[in-house]
Amino acid sequence: MSALNIKKGASSHSAYDLRDSHVEVEESHTLAVIVENEPGVLARVIGLFSGRGYNIDSLTVAEVDHTGHRSRITIVTRGTPAVIDQIEAQLSRMVPVHAVHDLTVEGPSVQRELALFKVAGKGDARIEALRLAEIFRAKVVDSTLESFIFEITGTPEKIDALAELLRPLGLRELARTGVAALSRGA
Amino acid sequence: MTRSMTGAKMVVQALKDQGVEVVFGYPGGAVLPIYDEIFLQNDIRHVLVRHEQGAIHMAEGYARSTGKVGVALVTSGPGATNAVTGLTDALMDSIPIVVLTGQVPTFMIGTDGFQEADTVGITRPCTKMNWLVKDSARLPETIHRAFHVARSGRPGPVLIDIPKDVQFAQAEYTGPERMKPDHYQPRVKGDIDAITRLVEMLETAERPVFYTGGGVINSGKGASQLLRELVDATGIPITSTLMGLGAYPASGKSWLGMLGMHGLYEANLAMHGCDLMIAVGARFDDRITGRVKDFSPNSTKVQIDIDPSSVNKVIRVDLPVIGDVGHVLEDVLKVWKARGRKVNKDGIARWWAQINDWKKINCLAYEPSKTTIKPQYALQRLEALTKGMDRYITTEVGQHQMWAAQFLGFEDPNRWMTSGGLGTMGYGLPASIGVQIAHPQALVINVAGEASWLMNMQEMGTAMQFRAPVKQFILNNERLGMVRQWQELLHGERYSQSWSESLPDFVKLAEAFGCKGIKCSDPKDLDDAILEMIRYDGPVIFDCLVEKHENCFPMIPSGKPHNEMLLSADAEAFKAGAALV
Ligand SMILES: Cc1cc2nc3c(=O)[nH]c(=O)nc-3n(C[C@H](O)[C@H](O)[C@H](O)COP(=O)(O)OP(=O)(O)OC[C@H]3O[C@@H](n4cnc5c(N)ncnc54)[C@H](O)[C@@H]3O)c2cc1C
Ligand SMILES: Cc1ncc(C[n+]2csc(CCOP(=O)(O)OP(=O)(O)O)c2C)c(N)n1
Repeated sequence: MSALNIKKGASSHSAYDLRDSHVEVEESHTLAVIVENEPGVLARVIGLFSGRGYNIDSLTVAEVDHTGHRSRITIVTRGTPAVIDQIEAQLSRMVPVHAVHDLTVEGPSVQRELALFKVAGKGDARIEALRLAEIFRAKVVDSTLESFIFEITGTPEKIDALAELLRPLGLRELARTGVAALSRGA
Repeated sequence: MTRSMTGAKMVVQALKDQGVEVVFGYPGGAVLPIYDEIFLQNDIRHVLVRHEQGAIHMAEGYARSTGKVGVALVTSGPGATNAVTGLTDALMDSIPIVVLTGQVPTFMIGTDGFQEADTVGITRPCTKMNWLVKDSARLPETIHRAFHVARSGRPGPVLIDIPKDVQFAQAEYTGPERMKPDHYQPRVKGDIDAITRLVEMLETAERPVFYTGGGVINSGKGASQLLRELVDATGIPITSTLMGLGAYPASGKSWLGMLGMHGLYEANLAMHGCDLMIAVGARFDDRITGRVKDFSPNSTKVQIDIDPSSVNKVIRVDLPVIGDVGHVLEDVLKVWKARGRKVNKDGIARWWAQINDWKKINCLAYEPSKTTIKPQYALQRLEALTKGMDRYITTEVGQHQMWAAQFLGFEDPNRWMTSGGLGTMGYGLPASIGVQIAHPQALVINVAGEASWLMNMQEMGTAMQFRAPVKQFILNNERLGMVRQWQELLHGERYSQSWSESLPDFVKLAEAFGCKGIKCSDPKDLDDAILEMIRYDGPVIFDCLVEKHENCFPMIPSGKPHNEMLLSADAEAFKAGAALV
């Protein structure tokens, strides 16, 4: 009946097997999303990620142009290349979004995050914490007889590394801003 | 021209300035100032619905059948939450509507005030854009912007939430002519290099097929015209999704019929076997692709779409052309003509021979009956008796919807209104009213299943009140037919909760509403009954008692490739196999 050798009827595949089993490697991408600074825009962007099952590893947002009503949202996300493409397309079609830049593919970029570490302890641990902070070029921004708060700016990896080292020395609290990023050059 | 007026007056003024003729709505405390303004004028007609979901579907039917933006107005809290299904429906099907909701006064927001709901929060995922307007000075620009956003690019629903104090407050009104150009300007012209490549492919393809969708309808009547010209001049076969029916006429010589899960055998096999697929305003929905990795394995795929997120979402395409269907097709035709109107004549002739071979299987064939009305037969008679009339069809969701798509022929765009993406039972009756309000003289028929129809049957009151002579053609199988079919084929014939029990007497129901009821159960009476329905000057509820256990074929069980389609004759074999699933 058909030149394409079409077979019909029962098959051994489950009718519930809807997903493409195509596996690809996940990549991390940093996206800069320039949006209108209007109420609800951040919720819309975040809702896109949760609603469509995309990852957010880090998110920062602030107004960057007061007169032009622009905010910059920096999102670090993970996904296969196809998913990253979809995320960018989904973001860029949103009405309040002016531009989407994939800093990971648009050339070299600078990424920075600020963190505050509260470390409590006495004796050797306290001295060791201070020494580590110096090595990482963290500043002491608060100190009592029993605690320090260190401030550090760096890549997320650097902050992760310091956190690991401070944990056994009495790390009580950690506050991180999330990544801010700009592409290098003019 | 600027004038000072209240927020409520601005709403009405802005709607007038946007050319709105009719608003579908339902009042409540939080929108009373706007209703007051509606009372004081005669330019905009207000259609009072019976449930806010109905208002949204009416606005959708109005929009889809006219190409204009539909408008609905509802109150805060329950009014707004009742609108959510309709908004989601419009988002999935790319229908341009503007929905205005009332809200508690700004100073009460966040206090769990009476009938307060976080409307913009609830509706954010089901609108293209929404706004809470806290200052009446921003109201006019927001409303004008809302219309621009709803109709531009990929159309969709937008919502404006207006607190009651903002409706009372005075501010300067600004007309649309004084609006700053909006930054939201999706690209409509396609890249000319991509279009040239598309033409090159079209010139040499041996087995090309056009796969068209709702985007052609969205693009407007001109787009359908250009599509027809291109298809007829090239002789390339064309199929369409459920959403795109009518863009190319069903009587056209290159028409293959609908494709997809319940699409025609020849259409699906053409998609499976083609060497060039040209998607035009179609989004590779899972009802189309079946199992993604087996979808049209040997074709080069081109996709014309205005929304970049529709490209490569489900299926990798080789050549995307981002732009509006009308604009892109115009350029395609220009380039193709300038290059000498070439096509691979021999290849396409062989391709048609193959397709005509597939057609011989007659995939829509069904077992006729002299005693019971087969639903397919009912639709064939409806088609025969209404063909050529100024006719609009809406549907509910289920088997009847698929049979309507298979057995009714659409010659023009905007004549077919159905809930495709969300599959909202209860869509068809209110949608038919919205269509009828837009086209008072036309024949508007809602092809319904009894279960879907009951979901918004209160809107018969609206039809009566506003003299919308809609014909409710209910294919009554006393079953949730589509559910029953899946249970038969995929769930070992365990008919869990798929009976329509305790149905009303539809004829008496019609009488209770004050309209006409017709009941028909004998195929011999059907023609007369349909003619009686058509001729009656007023709304009709037609209870067409049909075969209870008919299945809708062809069917591609979800997750299967196109070439594992079931035809009616295969069902028994499939059931045996499905026991393993
Ligand atoms: C019970 C049931 C069974 C179904 N079975 C089938 C079936 O067998 N076959 C079938 O086809 N469907 C079926 N559907 C419908 C299906 O779920 C989808 O709604 C439908 O296939 C989507 O159609 P579409 O691809 O045309 O997309 P639409 O939802 O109409 O989307 C339109 C596309 O065009 C784009 N677009 C919009 N405007 C423009 C423009 N101006 N220019 C360019 N592009 C534009 C949009 O970005 C989008 O990508 C069924 C639904 C139900 C409820
Ligand atoms: C609001 C809603 N609830 C549930 C469903 C799932 N559903 C799809 S078709 C169907 C049965 C429809 O029955 P009927 O309207 O009688 O139409 P038939 O299939 O019998 O033609 C159901 C329950 C749906 N699509 N929409």
